Amino acid sequence: MIQAQARELLAERSTFPKLRQAANAERGFDADLWREVAELGWLSLDVPEEYGGMGCEGLERCVLSEELGRSLAPIPFASTSAVIDAVRLFGSDAQKARYLPGLASGEIRGALSLVEDPRLGGFAATFANGQLNGMVRPVQDVDVAGLLVLAARDADAGTAGLYLVDPDQAGVRRRPLKMFDRLRGHDEVTFEAARAERLGGDTAGDAAAAIAELAERCAVAIAFEQVGGSEACLEMAIAYVRERKTFGRVIGTYQAIQHRLADMFAEKELARSNAYAGAWGLTRPAEVRAATAAAARLSGTSAFDFAARENLQLHGGIGYTWEANCHFYFRRARLLAQCLGPTSRWVDRLVDSIETD
Amino acid sequence: MDLTESPEGQAYRAKVAAWLRENAPPFLITGRMPLGDEVALGRKWQARKAQAGYGALLWPKRYGGEAGAPNQMRIFRGEEARYPLPVQPYTGVGLGMALPTLFAHAPEELIERFAGPTLRGELTWCQLFSEPSAGSDLAGLRTRATRTEGGWIINGQKVWNSFADYADWAILIARSDPSRPKHQGLTYFVVDMHSPGIEARPIRQMTGGADFCEVFLTDVFIPDAQQIGAEGEGWKVALTTLAHERARFGGSRYQISASTLVRIARETCLNGRPAIEDSAVRERIAVIYARERGLTFFGARLATRTSRGEPIGPEVSVSKLVSPRLTQDTGAFAMELMGYEGLIEDESSDLRVIHDNFCLATSHRIAGGADEIMRNQIAEKVLKLPQDARLDKGVPFDQLSQLLTSTREIARR
Repeated sequence: MIQAQARELLAERSTFPKLRQAANAERGFDADLWREVAELGWLSLDVPEEYGGMGCEGLERCVLSEELGRSLAPIPFASTSAVIDAVRLFGSDAQKARYLPGLASGEIRGALSLVEDPRLGGFAATFANGQLNGMVRPVQDVDVAGLLVLAARDADAGTAGLYLVDPDQAGVRRRPLKMFDRLRGHDEVTFEAARAERLGGDTAGDAAAAIAELAERCAVAIAFEQVGGSEACLEMAIAYVRERKTFGRVIGTYQAIQHRLADMFAEKELARSNAYAGAWGLTRPAEVRAATAAAARLSGTSAFDFAARENLQLHGGIGYTWEANCHFYFRRARLLAQCLGPTSRWVDRLVDSIETD
Repeated sequence: MDLTESPEGQAYRAKVAAWLRENAPPFLITGRMPLGDEVALGRKWQARKAQAGYGALLWPKRYGGEAGAPNQMRIFRGEEARYPLPVQPYTGVGLGMALPTLFAHAPEELIERFAGPTLRGELTWCQLFSEPSAGSDLAGLRTRATRTEGGWIINGQKVWNSFADYADWAILIARSDPSRPKHQGLTYFVVDMHSPGIEARPIRQMTGGADFCEVFLTDVFIPDAQQIGAEGEGWKVALTTLAHERARFGGSRYQISASTLVRIARETCLNGRPAIEDSAVRERIAVIYARERGLTFFGARLATRTSRGEPIGPEVSVSKLVSPRLTQDTGAFAMELMGYEGLIEDESSDLRVIHDNFCLATSHRIAGGADEIMRNQIAEKVLKLPQDARLDKGVPFDQLSQLLTSTREIARR
């Protein structure tokens, strides 16, 4: 039911003309829609009741991710949800009390960065003596975030750490980046003696394990976005091939076209099946979670890539224009494919989970 | 153990595994067992399973089944596939296609006549559908059913009929009225394979085996009581069979998987280190494994629907479309990992299993609805795309050849 409501709301609020406007502006955040979904309780789903949430970890957030993937609505739902996960799972009691109520109500928007610098081969920012230094990019949704959770290098311990940072302080400088996907804001963030506190405070556990788990949770949420995006592409393509005529009949009657759509459907259904398994895997032990999340990630990425490219292809020349809407998904498919670390890392997670026969 | 399974599933799997450990050994296929011996063994294995309540998990309870427990079926098949057991279409066609079709379309007394003996492996079945000029275009079949006193006389030729030479009974579609358009003039029957006028000849396959036959029907009499569904409604009945056939193919348990690849990649070297450490190898394995898992969970989703009593939907074509191609990829990569040596047909190594499965998957891309037909099904039945232009649409069957000749002439001009 929540899915049908979400679909209806997003279809009304996040129309293609609005998306085109947002893409032209290159800063897309829809503050009105954010307020509306916050009031509907979308952000409070996974937050424990004692911190003002509903405490119902279930499929609800997944189906919302799917609908957002379908509608491309420019709101930082994924980022804020990821930050909620970080704080509720790995925060100290004081941190939970301080941030969760605001995150649940939508007053605090979140941004999560696990990105590593490809030249350094590790986290670009360094934490020492309560302060962060360094430059990190790209960071999604940090332009509208009131709380940033950042993976950085702990200079003293020489290990990875997770840190809570207020991005509005003087020591944090944000520079907007022009991105391949124009519908989600990304910034280059420079930290100069920025105040930060360790997620989990003095009792913080193994940050590497926490980073891995957060990445896996993001992978599952993104897999649902990818399923939603794939389905939107498939529906767009079907609608088009039922109208467009060549050689005296609609192109949807040609098997060459039908078979491509059938393959898109099959790929999407495999991705959906793996996404559900991924959602279920989040409630299971770490090794199960790692495998189901990795399968969801690989499956979702290949399905959406395929759907986005073939949707554009089936639209012919019109698909290549700014006025057609294919490029939104074409661009989003790349964003979702590349925003969560190298594919090889997900490949490793999955291959390491296979038992030999 | 499959860690992605629910606790109930895991418990059931453990129970099945223990039962198989205890009961499977006397029924294993050894070396290159003659086909006749394998079929006989298959009947006995089916009887053993029926005795233990594993004979037909998807059948209704009143016929000895477990009332549609698709998840249990999936688990049982998976565990069963760990052993070289005689489970092939010789028992499968009856259990998975013929009887489910009868459950949906036949009168109770006919079901009762066949259900028990089929469940216990006493009766085996084959499928007489395809013909030399009616494969993907199945409804274009030409085998004739002519009315006679108390029944029908059948004349024609069928092909690709798995284990027809060992089958006791068959499901058959034939043309009962050539003056109607091709889908409307068909009638569905069950026929005793020992009837006078039936001759089944094995066809040698590319694997060297001869699992399937061509079947010649000459003045074969079928009594009225063995007509399934109304006269002229055979296509509708056949669709039930085809849906079950696709579900069977989609759920095929091959003996090779990503697990095989990992094992081989650990045992073989590539550029001076174990192949499993090579990133290109890992990526190919991961892609295959992700698809394997997707198929498994997709199957579970479909099974959840059928367990609620919904009929098998056209989505089943997804499994049928993906599964054999995936096994082809898996087989080819398994062979490739072993290099030149991977082509050696060594009876004592598992290369033989890899080669067999690689070839078997090739046949599964064609049998039971070719890949192209599966895509047509998805496009037309799931995505509701307009049907491709068909010259023969609505044309009485007996005028088709005339129509096609004139079309050819137009094309020539």
